[in-house]
Formats: sequence, structure tokens, C-alpha cells
Amino acid sequence: MIPEDTVVDPMYFVVLATILFSIGAVAVLLRRNAIVALLGVELMLNASNLLFVAFARSHRDVSGQALAFFVMVVAAAEVVVGLALIITLFRSRQTISLDEPMDLRG
Amino acid sequence: MTFESPIIEWAPLAPVLIVFAAAVLGIVIETADPKVWIRRRLQVALALVATLAAAATAALQWSVLDGDGTRVVVDRIICDRHSLIWMVMIAVFAALAILLFSSRVGGDDAFAPLAAAAPGSEEEREASEKGLAQTEVFPLALFSVGGMMLFTMVSDTLILFIVLELISLPLYVLVALSRRRRLLSQEAALKYFLMGAFASAVYLFGAALIYGGAFSTSFTIIDTAIVQYHGREALVLVGTVLALVGLLFKLGAVPFHAWTPDAYQGAPTPVTAFMAAATKAAAVAALIRFLYLAVHRFEWEIAPVLWTIAIATMLVGTVAAIVQTDIKRMLAYSSIAHGGFVLVAVTSFEREALSAAVFYMLAYGLATLGAFAVVGQVREVTKDGSLGAEATRLGQWAGLGRRSPWMATAMAVFLLSFAGIPLTAGFIGKYVAFKAAFDSGGWPLVVVAVLAAVVAVFFYVRVIVLMFLTPVPEDLKDAVEVTESTGPSLVVGITALATVLLGVVPSVVLDLASNAAILVP
Repeated sequence: MIPEDTVVDPMYFVVLATILFSIGAVAVLLRRNAIVALLGVELMLNASNLLFVAFARSHRDVSGQALAFFVMVVAAAEVVVGLALIITLFRSRQTISLDEPMDLRG
Repeated sequence: MTFESPIIEWAPLAPVLIVFAAAVLGIVIETADPKVWIRRRLQVALALVATLAAAATAALQWSVLDGDGTRVVVDRIICDRHSLIWMVMIAVFAALAILLFSSRVGGDDAFAPLAAAAPGSEEEREASEKGLAQTEVFPLALFSVGGMMLFTMVSDTLILFIVLELISLPLYVLVALSRRRRLLSQEAALKYFLMGAFASAVYLFGAALIYGGAFSTSFTIIDTAIVQYHGREALVLVGTVLALVGLLFKLGAVPFHAWTPDAYQGAPTPVTAFMAAATKAAAVAALIRFLYLAVHRFEWEIAPVLWTIAIATMLVGTVAAIVQTDIKRMLAYSSIAHGGFVLVAVTSFEREALSAAVFYMLAYGLATLGAFAVVGQVREVTKDGSLGAEATRLGQWAGLGRRSPWMATAMAVFLLSFAGIPLTAGFIGKYVAFKAAFDSGGWPLVVVAVLAAVVAVFFYVRVIVLMFLTPVPEDLKDAVEVTESTGPSLVVGITALATVLLGVVPSVVLDLASNAAILVP
């Protein structure tokens, strides 16, 4: 079992995860490069993973660690679809800037 | 440390398993790579049989269900009357959508012959000449349908996340596959993907915070934890709000609606019909389960937020729909407004709201499938006389009643149902939804909803006037043609008939819906 003194207050992890999550969210919302936006999403998902693992340790409950694995698999699947879409878009337009392709308005 | 493997009741999962098995079989057919025409027929038949069988199995389970429901996987996946009625609805919507997927106008279906080829390139022209077809759309749609059906049973925040992605990932791909106007379609897919992934990530962060506060991802345990663990409610409350963002995104509620008009306009029309009807129904079902089972003790904290979102959704959807000049985009904004109307019922936290939401989404979904089926049949005629892309500009719809009286009449029925005119399903839907909110003291919300509904009548009736009372413009006489292919005509017929029947004799379905107003924790 985990010795008592090695357990860090989970609130530190909440703060760290929130910072990572916010950086990711800002990247998605403000950066105009589709790849960077995708990176931002990954950062957000991993911030949640950090929380799951930290809480699993402080709750002494392994299920939280198992949840992190599920999230990783889903994140990988999401990247596959995302990159495929970005590549098709790049082939048709020679750009992946989110400001350029603007035919849909209103 | 030992893991106890949970006992799984497989029988209630049958409808979902049928759909997933068909999807996997569809992939196997793709890899075996038979000739295009064989592949197409196999896939269409497989998808239709699977969705109809799933609907039948779910209906059968309804009739033999003992008591209120079964716990399929401990308290994490639950099969009760509420999830069964949604499952039947989603499977039927899916079967109708598959009919639209399979329809061909002038020998071409709605999907790109070779999605990997750049639009306008030599490869694309060659692929089109050779008559290639991207039949992967059928298994992709089936995966999404299976996810949606599972979505209505899930009672666990993490499984909800996985299923949410299972629904969304095939949809992102489907949106990008339009045969005509491919640049628009690809752009729509990328926008939908980025915003969808963002919303899922926000949802997951919320689920992680809830796990931190409640020590579990199970809805039932979260519910009891909210009362028991003093000092951790803040974590659960913040997590709840973030998790709601993810679910409201799928519903297209303001301020998470920005993807809806783009994705609905850019996607191939059959996919738009499928997304608008089935995804929205699944989102409402999951939202209800999450709100009513996991976090209903936060009613006082969340209700004002949900009220604001419901009001904003109705107003933005209605006002923006008025100024649209593209029929697909107008229907997209109208679907946002309908999301707001159903939220009016859901936010009441009353049992009545459960059956109201079921009936509302049924009425809305039928009319949506029918309306988009009609949109897919109104085509531009290219210079060489062949049928081109869909004529979606409202100006091109002038005098449609003269071109095709049946299609135009059916479209009028759908629009009247959207508007909530008596003798259509939409009227009964709005009535039961607003009544549920009114009875629980939500009258300010109902007042706004009724006003929004009255304003909405304007733009629906405008299209009807355009179709029947405006003559065909001289310059567009030969530029637009209404085709009447078998699949879509069948869908239009079924949905129009159902819309009228539900409006005239709603009692049978209303009774079923009120029997379904039970959530097993």
C-alpha cells in the first residue's frame, strides 16, 4: 500500500490541471493553426488524466487510474480522425489556417 | 489488489449489439472489396436490416420488461423504459436516414466517389467516371447509431465520455464526404471536429472534477455523495457545470451552437438529416439521465443557468433563422431553436418532462428527416443539362408547388409541424413541453418560449408562401428541377403521414411516453 506521508494534497493537482487545461483551451480558441488547435485539445484531455490519476491516489481507488487509460485510447482515436480531416483540407486548399477557409458564414 | 469483474446482463444490450455487429460486418465487406454494385446493395441491406431489427428488439424488450428496468452493468449501464423508448426512436430515425443515404439522383449518391482525392483534381474526375462509391458511409453511420442507442442507457460519467466520442468520431468523417461542394463540406467537418473535440475535453475535465469530489463516476453514487461529503460539493458543482457544457454542445444549445449551422449546411444532406434527428434525440436522452439521476440535488444551483441557456437558445435560433437565405442553414437555426424548446421542458426537473421530451423529439425528428429529404430532391440543373448540386438558395425554391405539388405539400406539413400549428405533431409536442414547464412554476420560461414560437411561425410560413404563392421566376425556369427518387419519396411519405397522425391522434404515443417516464437509478 501507499505510505501515508507520500500522499500530496490533491488540491495542488487540481490547480496544476486547471492551468494545463486553460492553456489548452486558449490554444484551441485563439491559435489559428489547425494542428496547434488539435494540440490544445490533447493538452486539455491530459489535464483531465492528471486529475483522474491524482484523485485515484488520494482516494486509494485504482479505478481512477484505469479511467486514464480509457481516455488515452479515446484521445488517440480522436487524433486519427482530426489529422485525416486536416490532411484532406490541406490537399484541397494548401493551407491549414483556420482563418483562411471561410466559405461558411452567417 | 484484486478486481472483481462485473456481471453483465447481455440480453438488454441486444439492440445495441445487433447494430455494432452489423457495423463490424460492414467493415469486413469493405475489406473483401467486391464489385461496387454488389458492395452497395449488401451495405444498404445490412444497414436497413440492422436498424430495423434493433428497433424491433428494443420494442420487444419493452413488452417483456419485468418491472421498471434492468441493471445491465452494475449501476453503470441501465436498461429501463425510458432508455428503451429512446432506443426505438433512434433506431427508426436511423433506418429512415439510411434510406436517404442510399438514394441516388442521376446515378450519383450524396457522397464523394473517392474522399481522399482533392476536389476538382484529375483523380476525382477519374473516380467519378469509373463509378466508384464510398460505401464505408454505412458502417460509419451504424457505429454512430450504436453509440447513440447506448448513450440513452449510460449511467456513468466516464462511459458517457467514451460513448460521446463513439457517436461523434464517425459523424466528423461523414460530414466531410459530400460529393458536391466538397470544399464547404471539408471546412464544415474541420470546424465541427475542433469544436466537438473541445466540448468533449471540457466534459471530461468536468467528469474528472466530479470524480474528485464524489469518489466515483457512477450517477447513483454521485447523487448520494452530493449530500454526504461536506466540503467537496464545490468540486462536484464545478464539475457538473463543465460536464453539462459537453452535453449541451451535442444538443446545439447557445452559446455552444456555433458549429450547428456550418456543419448542417456543409454536410451531405442525408448526413444532416441523420445528425439533426438522431444525434439530438440521443443528446436529450443522456442530458435527462445525467440531470435527473446524478445532479438533481443541485437543482437550485443549476436551474438558473439552464433557464438562461434555454432562453438564449430559443431567441438566438429564432432570430438568426429569420435572416437566412439558405434553406439548410435556416433549418439548422430552426433546430437550434427546437433544442431550446425541449430544454424548457427538461429544466423543470419534473417527471412529466421526461415524457414531454420524448414526444417533442419524436415530432421534431420526423419533421426534420422529412424536410431534409425534400431538400435533397431539389436540384440545380447544370449547363450541360444534367442534375447538379442541391438548390439550397431560398430564391430557387420559388414556385416549388408547381414543380412538384407532392414534395411541396409534404414540406409544408413539416414546416407547419416545426411552427407548432394545430393538427401537426409539433403542436402537441410544444403543448406537452410547455405544460411540463408551466406546471412546475416555470411560467416566465413558458412566456418567452411562446413568444419565440410565434416569431418562428414567420419564417416557416415565408417558405410556404414562397413555394405556393410565388410564380417560378423566368430565369430559373429550367435551372432547377425536383427529382422524386424512391428512397427519399418513401421517407417523405412516411414522415409526413406520421407527423399528421401524431397531430390528430397523439394519445397512443403520449400514453407510451408517459409509461416511459421512469428512470431506474
